[in-house]
Amino acid sequence: MTAPADVFAAVQSQFPAVTARPTLDHPSINVPVGDVVAVLTHLRDVQSMDFLVDVTAVDWGVEATPRFSVVWHLLSTTKNNYVRVVAACGSDTEPVAPTISHLWAGANWHERETFDLLGVRFEGHPDLRRILMWDGYPHHPLRKDFPLAGIDTPLPDLEVGELTKATAAPAPMMGGPFVASVGEMNMTDAEPSAKDESWSERSNKPATL
Amino acid sequence: MVSPNTELAYNSKIEGDLVVTRADAVINWIRANSMWPMPMGLACCAIELMASAASRFDIARFGAEVFRFSPRQSDVMIVSGTVTYKMAPHVRRIYDQMAEPKWVIAMGACASSGGMYRSYATLQGVDRIVPVDVYISGCPPRPEALLDALMKLQAKVQRSPGTTKELLSASA
Repeated sequence: MTAPADVFAAVQSQFPAVTARPTLDHPSINVPVGDVVAVLTHLRDVQSMDFLVDVTAVDWGVEATPRFSVVWHLLSTTKNNYVRVVAACGSDTEPVAPTISHLWAGANWHERETFDLLGVRFEGHPDLRRILMWDGYPHHPLRKDFPLAGIDTPLPDLEVGELTKATAAPAPMMGGPFVASVGEMNMTDAEPSAKDESWSERSNKPATL
Repeated sequence: MVSPNTELAYNSKIEGDLVVTRADAVINWIRANSMWPMPMGLACCAIELMASAASRFDIARFGAEVFRFSPRQSDVMIVSGTVTYKMAPHVRRIYDQMAEPKWVIAMGACASSGGMYRSYATLQGVDRIVPVDVYISGCPPRPEALLDALMKLQAKVQRSPGTTKELLSASA
C-alpha cells in the first residue's frame, strides 16, 4: 500500500504547482485548474486511483475569492487509499472547470449535477444539461446567495402554470429550518421544530433579531 | 322472539321484479363502489399504497382494487408521495386526462402540504395544482388510513346531490 505522503510526493515531482491541502482524513491536494486533467490522468494511470468516487464543488461564500472550488474524490481499489483533489475556479461569477467525463464515464452525471446546483460549467462536457432541476430553471440552488425556501419562479410547464396560477413559490419556513432534539425520549418533544417560533408567514420576523 | 311478519325481505312475488329508488342514489352508489384508483406513486407513500392493494389490507373490499395506470380508465387519483415542482405539471396533466367524474386523495404529509420538504424543489401541497377531496395525515400513513380515506370519499360521493341533473345537463 502506498503511504499517503508518497502519493503527494509522486504527484508533486511531476506537477510542481500542486500543493498539499490541510485535511482531517485522506490525503488532499490543491491543483491549479489548468492541470486538473493531467493530474487526474496521472493519478488514474500511474497511481492506480482507478475509481472516481465523487465530483462536486464548494461555494465558499458570496464574498470569498476564489469563490468556487471543484472537488474530486478518487479511490484505488487495489491499494485501498483515497485522495482528494481540489481546484479553485478562476472566475467568481462564471466558474469553469475542465470535464473529466472522457477519463471516467461516470463523471458525466456528477458534472451535470454540479452544474445544475452550483453553476460550475464543465468545459468539453458532451451534454451539460441540468439533471435535477428542470431545463430553463434560472437559478443554481446550492449557491450561498440562494435561500433554502427558494425564489418565485414559473412552473416548468407554462400552460399548467397559467391554468392553476401556481408557481414554484418560496416554501413557508415558519421560523425554520427545523431541528430535531437529539436524545429526546418524549416523542412529541422529539419532533423537529423551529428554533425561533416567534415569526411565521402571517406575522413577520421581529426586526430586533 | 315471535313476529307476525316473517317476510322482512323484499318479496318479488308480491311486489314484482321492480325496485323503486332515485336515480341519484343508484348512480352515486355505483360510483362509490367501483372507484378505480390512478396510482400517482411518487415516493415512499406508494409502498403503503401497494400494501393497501395486497391481500392483508385488500382494498378490493371497497371496490377499488383495479389500479389503472391509464388516467382514461380511473376515477380517483391517489397522490402518494412528494410532488416536486418538476413533477407537478405532469400530475396536473394526468389529472386533466382523467374522465369525469374524478376525485383526488392526497396521501400523506408531502402530498397534503409538502411535509418536511420546506425547500425550493417541492410543491407545498398538491392542492395548489389539483382539487383535493380527502387528505390523509401520516408520514407515511398506514394502509388503514388510506382505506379510511377511501371510505370517507365513498361517503362523500354517496351524499353528493344532483348527480342526475349534472349528467343530463352535461349531455344536453
